[in-house]
Amino acid sequence: MSNHLTNLTLKVWRQSGPNDGGHFESYRIDSISDEASFLEMLDVLNEKLIGDGKEAVVFDHDCREGICGTCSLMIDGQAHGPQRGTATCQLHMRKFQSNQEIVIEPWRATAFPIVKDLMVDRSAFDRIVEAGGFITAPTGGAPDANLIPIAKPVADASMDAAECIGCGACVAACPNGAANLFTSAKVAHLNLLPQGQAERWSRVEAMVETMDEHFGSCTNHGECEAACPKSISIDFIAMMHKDYRKAKFKNRRLIAQI
Amino acid sequence: MVELNAKIPAGDIAEKWDNYKSDMKLVNPNNKRKFKVIVVGSGLAGASAAATLAELGYQVDVFTFHDSPRRAHSIAAQGGINAAKNYHGDGDSVHRLFYDTIKGGDFRAREGNVHRLAQVSVNIIDQMVAQGVPFAREYGGLLDNRSFGGAQVSRTFYARGQTGQQLLLGAYQQLARQIGLGNVRLFNRTELVDTVVIDGRCAGIVVRDLITGEIASHAAHATVLCTGGYGNVFFLSTNAMQCNVTAAWRAHRQGAAFANPCYTQIHPTCIPQADDTQSKLTLMSESLRNDGRVWVPKNADETRSADQIPEEDRDYYLERLYPSFGNLAPRDISSRAAKRAVDSGRGVGPLKNGVYLDFSAAINRLGKGVVQERYGNLFEMYERIAGENPYDVPMRIYPATHYTMGGLWVDYELMTTVPGLYAAGEANFSDHGANRLGASALMQGLADGYFVLPYTIGNYLAPMLNKSTPGVDHPEFKAAETGARARYQQYLDIKGTRSPDWFHRELGKIIWDYCGMERTEQGLEKALSELPPLYEEFQKDLRVTGDGASTNQTLEKAGRVDDFFQLGMLMCKDALERNESCGGHFRAEYQDEEGEAQRDDENFAHVAAWEWTGDPMNATRHAEELEFETIHLAKRSYK
Ligand SMILES: Cc1cc2nc3c(=O)[nH]c(=O)nc-3n(C[C@H](O)[C@H](O)[C@H](O)COP(=O)(O)OP(=O)(O)OC[C@H]3O[C@@H](n4cnc5c(N)ncnc54)[C@H](O)[C@@H]3O)c2cc1C
Ligand code: SF4
Ligand code: FES
Repeated sequence: MSNHLTNLTLKVWRQSGPNDGGHFESYRIDSISDEASFLEMLDVLNEKLIGDGKEAVVFDHDCREGICGTCSLMIDGQAHGPQRGTATCQLHMRKFQSNQEIVIEPWRATAFPIVKDLMVDRSAFDRIVEAGGFITAPTGGAPDANLIPIAKPVADASMDAAECIGCGACVAACPNGAANLFTSAKVAHLNLLPQGQAERWSRVEAMVETMDEHFGSCTNHGECEAACPKSISIDFIAMMHKDYRKAKFKNRRLIAQI
Repeated sequence: MVELNAKIPAGDIAEKWDNYKSDMKLVNPNNKRKFKVIVVGSGLAGASAAATLAELGYQVDVFTFHDSPRRAHSIAAQGGINAAKNYHGDGDSVHRLFYDTIKGGDFRAREGNVHRLAQVSVNIIDQMVAQGVPFAREYGGLLDNRSFGGAQVSRTFYARGQTGQQLLLGAYQQLARQIGLGNVRLFNRTELVDTVVIDGRCAGIVVRDLITGEIASHAAHATVLCTGGYGNVFFLSTNAMQCNVTAAWRAHRQGAAFANPCYTQIHPTCIPQADDTQSKLTLMSESLRNDGRVWVPKNADETRSADQIPEEDRDYYLERLYPSFGNLAPRDISSRAAKRAVDSGRGVGPLKNGVYLDFSAAINRLGKGVVQERYGNLFEMYERIAGENPYDVPMRIYPATHYTMGGLWVDYELMTTVPGLYAAGEANFSDHGANRLGASALMQGLADGYFVLPYTIGNYLAPMLNKSTPGVDHPEFKAAETGARARYQQYLDIKGTRSPDWFHRELGKIIWDYCGMERTEQGLEKALSELPPLYEEFQKDLRVTGDGASTNQTLEKAGRVDDFFQLGMLMCKDALERNESCGGHFRAEYQDEEGEAQRDDENFAHVAAWEWTGDPMNATRHAEELEFETIHLAKRSYK
């Protein structure tokens, strides 16, 4: 049943724009129901700020169901906060305690410049997909869907990778700001499927190289998997590296048979 | 004066679409690049339309207020997508899907459009598999199907509980490819704030950059709105937080008729509101009703916890009232029954605002393992939100707004009453009549975007070849920009005392109470008397802090709430004028002895399309008569 948390201190990152240095600002939440979600707690803060004639804290969010990948907060230094496998919007106040101080920051990564306050620009992810994260199949000419049987375990593994919501927590959690978990999830989703084979090697090359243009490099810390709200496995990173190496051989046809 | 000409092609129902395609005008492939098309929205409808138009060779500009096209609300759809593939040989066919959709819509949709939808449904699955959508498979490697409400066949394709996500990612990837190739220009974090009509044609749009606050114009030969539904007029709904009516509403104000605004769908199984801070509601898949039993205590003053209430003090009201369908009664009927139970004071939970969905019988009968296999992820999601474990304590559910069947009026070509302005996906009113069947919205969005618009737009553009069209320097564009700047400045200048969210909640309460699950003449009159003063207060007492020259979500929200107010008035008017009950529109005055909806086919077998007159309270109602040539009008009964 509903209880209330009292006397919370929020240390929130405020930054008026990309060129501002930014700073922490402290706010008090006197009382909040433990049924409220973390973002609803921020809604309450914003209502209070507007009431006081102050500017509301800018933060990204939309579905509030853990699927759109829009929400993106560093909570006490953890991407998406303390609950494993949970996006910020699915986190509830019952995971916190009265009198607690909570530090709220945006994703911090060179590739994700801060737009304002807690909102960042993640369009570098879109650039990776534009480079090769697709199957070339223009509308119209597709054969009957059941002409391509796909073994269930293969479809399931592809789906495990495809569940990535593109939130960027993996990048934010990585000490190097690498995007390997995100990129490998997209590569695996398509490279595992029979429909994806025709472009398998060009896809992995284009995506990895675009990723390297924007993001830091992976040194196997594994922080990404721990922060990922969809628990995407780092095994996909190994798969991506393997495909990338193969793609780099000149005689791909031979090497692909190994 | 708007004219409603549906332009349904001649011929037998099964041949209309082929007849259309063989008669339509074509744009030669080399000439396509001379045409610019604007697509607003990057959900299923927008992404599929934009990618396909670009593949054909048109210059395409895509606008979305999201940071990436992949975040559109379509991403949240869970259950699945229908298609008349008949892969299971259980008697499905294009005709059956057509029939089910017309009947499910309570005979308030257009036959021609719905038949075309059923026809192209099969191509959607082929296209999406080719794009790499990892649909669920059987062990033999073929596609799996499940069944959904309102159908007696298994025709729903799905990808775990994330069908919308996987379909949207498929369409987004196809769009991303076109962006990478330079065929599509993407304007993200950019919001349409007006449409511009010059010499009777849509000449383009005016947008606001959500990062810099700048207002700018974009001209095109044709404009397509794929901007989703308006369920958030209720404040609390299962829609994503940013969903809004602004694009459709601004088009309406420029002459596009708005059809059937009162047709909204309330979904019976959502997690009830927990407290006053609640910002949105979460849907729990309807499939839960296959094994869950719905009940409330018999007595309003019940204080015991669920497990302490003996059988004889429980009311399994769906099983009692609808013995043949029981817990699987259709969406609208189950929703209204839950409302009555709660209104009678027998609601459960701390706020007495829900009903139980109890799995204990299923757990006893099937074992916990089987229940976990079937619903494990849903149970987890419930526990994360409600903080209770449904294996031990019954779930609490309550109906919530989910989908809007109403929208911009479009003809067979998906063109609004403004030439050159199209609407697709949930933003239009076309295919679901007064009630949408589960798994049919994804189908419609993709049908519109992949297989309808790319043809029909050519028919409009072909005669415009080499004719000059107004550019962004035209005085009408400049006037629209000035208007938009003034509008947003005005919100900042009011400097009142209440936030946009405060007004949104108040608005939502009125719409929910009087134009929600059950409507009455008296209630609607009351709403129509309460809305204008509240709207006036909004215009006088709004407070937006911050400025207009950088990201300001409070300011964005103010614009959206403003448009919701105007839409809310039109919804109530539409509901008041429709003196019948049909589908999602239930007027308490029009029901039979068993509480079933009573249609009035003699007087209301038509689409109500509203014309903007400067004041939503005085909008003009036009009617498009619906003709049922293939399917006979019958009472919608699922007994
Ligand atoms: C929780 C939930 C579950 C659902 N499950 C199912 C299901 O299982 N099966 C099914 O068939 N249907 C389901 N639906 C319904 C279905 O998801 C939607 O009807 C459908 O996805 C709408 O797609 P769309 O392309 O029309 O619009 P959306 O996906 O809503 O996209 C709208 C787009 O328009 C843009 N936009 C809007 N206004 C503006 C503006 N002013 N300026 C710029 N851009 C703008 C947005 O940025 C976005 O890109 C579900 C709905 C909900 C809420
Ligand atoms: S891999 Fe996980 S953390 Fe990274 S973007 Fe995808 S869902 Fe987010
Ligand atoms: S708001 Fe959509 S995932 Fe959090």
